[in-house]
Amino acid sequence: MSNTTAPEKKEKKRSAIWSELLVPVLAVVSGLILGAIVIVVSGENPFRAYGALFTGSFGSPVRLIDGLQIYSATGETRQLLRAFYPLTESLVTATPYIFAGLSVALGFRCGLFNIGAEGQFFIGALSAAFVGYSIQGLPMIIHLPLAILGGALGGALWGMIPGYLKARFGAHEVVNTIMMNWIAFRLSDWLLDGPMKGPGFRPVTPTIFETAELPRFFPDPLRFNLGFFLALLAAYLVYWFLFKTTLGFEIRSVGANPDAAKYAGMNIVRNFVLVMVLAGGLAGLAGSAQVLGVDYWVGQGFSAGYGFDAIAIALLGKSHPLGVVLAALLFGFLRSGATNMQSMASIPIDIISIIQGMVIVFIAAPEIIRWFYRIRAVKKDETVLTRGWGS
Amino acid sequence: MNNSSIDISSAIERRRRISFGVTLLVVGLVIYLLFGSNTKPGSLTTFGLNLLGSQAIEVSDLVIPALPAVHLMAAIAVFTGAYQLARGVRSTGWLIGILAFTFVFAFLMWAAQDKSFNLTGMLQSSLVRATPIALAALCGVISERAAVINIGIEGIMLMSALVAVVTATVSGSLYVGLVSAIIMGGLVAAFHAFLVIRFKVDQIISGVAINIFGAGATSFISSRFMAHATDKLNNSGTFPIIAIPGLSKIPVLGPVLFENNLIVYLTILLVIVMHIMLFYTPWGLRTRAVGEHPKAADTLGVNVYFMRFVNVTLGGMIAGLGGAYFTIGSVGRFDEIMTAGKGFIGLAAMVFGNWNPIGAYTSSLIFGFADSLQVKLQILRVPIPSEFLLMAPYIVTMIILTGVVGRAIPPAADGQPYEK
Amino acid sequence: MTNVLELRGITKRFPGVLANDKVDISLREGKILALLGENGAGKSTLMNILYGLYKPDEGKIFVRGREVEIEGPNDAISQGIGMVHQHFMLVPVMTVTENVMLGIEPVRGGVFLDREKVAKRIKEISDQYGLEVDPHAYIKDLPVGIQQRVEIIKVLYRAADILILDEPTAVLTPQEVEGLFKIIETLIKGGKSIIFITHKLKEVLAIADDITVLRLGTVVGSIKPQDATSEILATMMVGRDVSLVVQKGPAKPAEPVLVVENLYVRNERQHLTVQGVSFNVRKGEILGVAGVQGNGQTELVYALTGLLPLESGSIHLLDEPIHRATPRDILERGVAHIPEDRQRHGLILTFPIHDNLMLCTYYKDPFAKGISLQPVSIFKNAEELVEQYDVRTPSIYLNAGTLSGGNQQKVIVAREFSRPIELLIASQPTRGLDVGSIEYIHKQIIKKRDEGAGVLLVSSELDEILALSDRIAVMYKGRIMDILDADKTSKEQLGLLMAGVHPAESSRK
Repeated sequence: MSNTTAPEKKEKKRSAIWSELLVPVLAVVSGLILGAIVIVVSGENPFRAYGALFTGSFGSPVRLIDGLQIYSATGETRQLLRAFYPLTESLVTATPYIFAGLSVALGFRCGLFNIGAEGQFFIGALSAAFVGYSIQGLPMIIHLPLAILGGALGGALWGMIPGYLKARFGAHEVVNTIMMNWIAFRLSDWLLDGPMKGPGFRPVTPTIFETAELPRFFPDPLRFNLGFFLALLAAYLVYWFLFKTTLGFEIRSVGANPDAAKYAGMNIVRNFVLVMVLAGGLAGLAGSAQVLGVDYWVGQGFSAGYGFDAIAIALLGKSHPLGVVLAALLFGFLRSGATNMQSMASIPIDIISIIQGMVIVFIAAPEIIRWFYRIRAVKKDETVLTRGWGS
Repeated sequence: MNNSSIDISSAIERRRRISFGVTLLVVGLVIYLLFGSNTKPGSLTTFGLNLLGSQAIEVSDLVIPALPAVHLMAAIAVFTGAYQLARGVRSTGWLIGILAFTFVFAFLMWAAQDKSFNLTGMLQSSLVRATPIALAALCGVISERAAVINIGIEGIMLMSALVAVVTATVSGSLYVGLVSAIIMGGLVAAFHAFLVIRFKVDQIISGVAINIFGAGATSFISSRFMAHATDKLNNSGTFPIIAIPGLSKIPVLGPVLFENNLIVYLTILLVIVMHIMLFYTPWGLRTRAVGEHPKAADTLGVNVYFMRFVNVTLGGMIAGLGGAYFTIGSVGRFDEIMTAGKGFIGLAAMVFGNWNPIGAYTSSLIFGFADSLQVKLQILRVPIPSEFLLMAPYIVTMIILTGVVGRAIPPAADGQPYEK
Repeated sequence: MTNVLELRGITKRFPGVLANDKVDISLREGKILALLGENGAGKSTLMNILYGLYKPDEGKIFVRGREVEIEGPNDAISQGIGMVHQHFMLVPVMTVTENVMLGIEPVRGGVFLDREKVAKRIKEISDQYGLEVDPHAYIKDLPVGIQQRVEIIKVLYRAADILILDEPTAVLTPQEVEGLFKIIETLIKGGKSIIFITHKLKEVLAIADDITVLRLGTVVGSIKPQDATSEILATMMVGRDVSLVVQKGPAKPAEPVLVVENLYVRNERQHLTVQGVSFNVRKGEILGVAGVQGNGQTELVYALTGLLPLESGSIHLLDEPIHRATPRDILERGVAHIPEDRQRHGLILTFPIHDNLMLCTYYKDPFAKGISLQPVSIFKNAEELVEQYDVRTPSIYLNAGTLSGGNQQKVIVAREFSRPIELLIASQPTRGLDVGSIEYIHKQIIKKRDEGAGVLLVSSELDEILALSDRIAVMYKGRIMDILDADKTSKEQLGLLMAGVHPAESSRK
């Protein structure tokens, strides 16, 4: 809520933003420090490892300068593009994170814990791929949106089931979304080795047609594509939806106090289903973006870890779309850099999950951070994110 | 409640009666049409009752004509459905039991026609496969009876599984592995308890963080260290089967109940001990009070935080035992993400078991049955893709959670932090 | 005569509030000290300090002349101090025996609970003090009056000789109050000393040996009951003259706005808690619903406002059926609802005040155009209502959770009264509020009546019901015992009805 004339509100807002930012930043720093300790314990040099992480995510300054010199001397762009490769690759990695993070954040706002972004992502990717490879001869202007939408619908369906079970029967969405994840994995195993199997021996889908590809902005090998901007657009739309519309007001009310929401005439059941459909759709879009913009086909283990990353991102971003975008960028850089770290410093990429787990703990328990860094507590009402087993 | 209230309380009753009755009729019809028409007349289904290598006295196998048996099951379902519609059966448990029994039995008849199906082996593997689920469920029971939700059981089990196999391999003793796993589970759960009690961290978020951390840390260690040193770190062997003298001679029951390994026995023992502890000792009384009305317990001088901390930690130790089952209790090595959602299925078993140790164990057996059925059916080459059979435990979990949760009543303070 | 208990200079600060400021009180042996003060005066804080639930910032506690440190309930118990809490500290799913033994469980065979031993001791205590109760009954099956006995037994089982009774009469019928007073007399005869906390003046005058009055965390003064009158105590308690009667003119009832016939409702646990209730509310009158809490009033209100489905029966609002209507339908037909639990239903504490002031009408012009919220109108509405209804807050942008109880209630009243209403349903509208806020809310309710709205007032405070209502319906165990004219009704008559007893001659209407 920005458009107000009250000066005290702006003042309050500015200091609030600082204190809001401080804890997440320190949480990430602490996570990285603990990660460094793990690296030391496993017998590697943390500086070397994090160095590889940095050049893997932002690119090496030396190469960038070289590339610029070659470009200004010869007009040859290949070296320059190569130097930009890590940076763009980080943005490419961040793209599905933004979508998936928004998915979890939207759930949180309604008091629902969507651990199922992983399965929704996978089903979304499969649906998008299906639209992408099965329909031939459509112009891009129709085929691409269709494929994107296909992914959203697949994810939405996968989110709707636990949403409905929660709304109608009070079955806890945490367990059900996890179960839906496993069902999605088994289903995809079957699809990839059966109805959706492409030519060749490997259990992967056929490659999608070019008309369903998200346009890329640079020549190969740079994979930076339109998906990133669609993700930013989605973030804006979620922000607008949550904070500027009556529907968003309902969702936030249901999340903050379902009893009061019911008293005020809001339909809890409808909101639960709506939010899980939208959250599933957003996770499905993450799948769309990954298939249509980056991989062009889907194989087993395609979704590995996106769902849990999304939870960390939503928490780190305090369930606010802007925060989610920033957190997703951070994770994009970390994950993309970690690939480099794995090959350069032989540190398994799973180190990122360890750092993530720590970051979540620190975010969820800001007192630990405040205690450790001796920051004075800011008294404010904490929003309840989740509830027990009851409906 | 006044007596005169009963006459109008029937609306919901009636709805329930009709829906159960109709479901039974439909199931009867499905059995008749689906299994009946696909079962060859005159084919026999053999249920093996002897387990290879078992000490039990041999008995002859059970041979049943498939088609009449399928029709009998259909008839039972239809008859019960009709009776339910006309008169109504008081016990929901019986209805669900008959529903599940007729369907599963008819399904087996159809699936195993002209073949031999080892019933004893199936029951035995149900019990074994129920073990990690039951341990997860018991961890849930003991924590949630003190009002702390522990959704990080999956992560705890993964970490304990890894610790168990590594310490057992390095030390050469499975018991060292077992104890280490239990300690590991206790430590992680104590950390969870510390976060949610001392820092009032949202219980579900803390649990999820443990899951993420557990999955990441075990995968990290597994691929960084263990992948290249399998023999030195990841090859422990497993607990041997201990046949209980005498009892293991009983046909069917012997191999199912009395020829198991240490962890399976420990689980059954734990169920009994926990039941007694919860309902017949001061510790149990205090635990339940802390879970139902912590303030009341506090005003009587019961230390709410201490009780919760101890219970969650004990629960973690039980989950640690469950983790040990995955490695040193069954395959002897660690694989990444080998728990495959069992921790969460355990939570569903806890809900289905109404937060009681015995109930939780019984419902774990159902999940174990679904799990082992799925394996047996793959062996029988049933014309259903194996991937769909693999989904069965997850789908059963969702159905049970959905069907039961409205009526299951958790401890009143479950999931709420206590503030003085 | 010696002081069995003395508090000296007790000070307790909470963030932003000075709950107790240098409080001194003393309790004489074998006597009843009444601690009088309105809601928020600091009585409960003081007693929680005495019982070890809070730590005082300053001050000393003396028991039988010796200074003691009370770090927790265990210390209090070992000093012989026992407390009967306002909200009963009983575990509903456990038996009386289990509740009594919790914390000091005797064991058999080293580990097993010895329930029989405790049950026997409970019987002894019951017989000695006339506190009859079945040791093996589950708490959830017992009526509140009996639950209170269990609380007292708990204290006596721990051999306490100093008893603190925190607002013990709040949930009792007048007859049950009589019974409680008899029990208190027996206790005093048995050598116990009692601190009796209340905000009800008449009870104080009836039972106390000494009276100490608290206001805003400080002791205003101590007085003997023989020197006091209701007016003197009220002035001490509030700090100014208060009119104990609510000013209102005669009602001018017109046609019925709400007609309820043969209503049955189940609560969330599927218990049938409203059983065949019929009544009507007419325009321009206040129908009070009296009754001990938990006799179906809550579910009645939930059913009327669409929060619980009906089991059977009918509800008509302005001649149109609303028994299948959603809460929003009912709201849009002009029903305002001041809910019983303001923090659970009435407000979203983590939302700003301005959002709470449009919580029920956010989707309508001028707060929304289409699905787009209109912040300018929302803020303007909030500024106006805060001004008009005297909500004390530095800013409408603060969260509702930052407001005091009285101001939270004013936000709800402002929101509900700011739209055109035909029927006002006010459930426990003044519970836990200070006298100033109570007076204000009472005036507003009467104003609505005089404007022609029908009012259904549900309250377990008999005084409130008697002061405001034009007709009074008494609920007991889910039924309406009787509906009486307010001016022809006595408190005793209501009390009997609240206990489920039909007086021989009742002025049936």
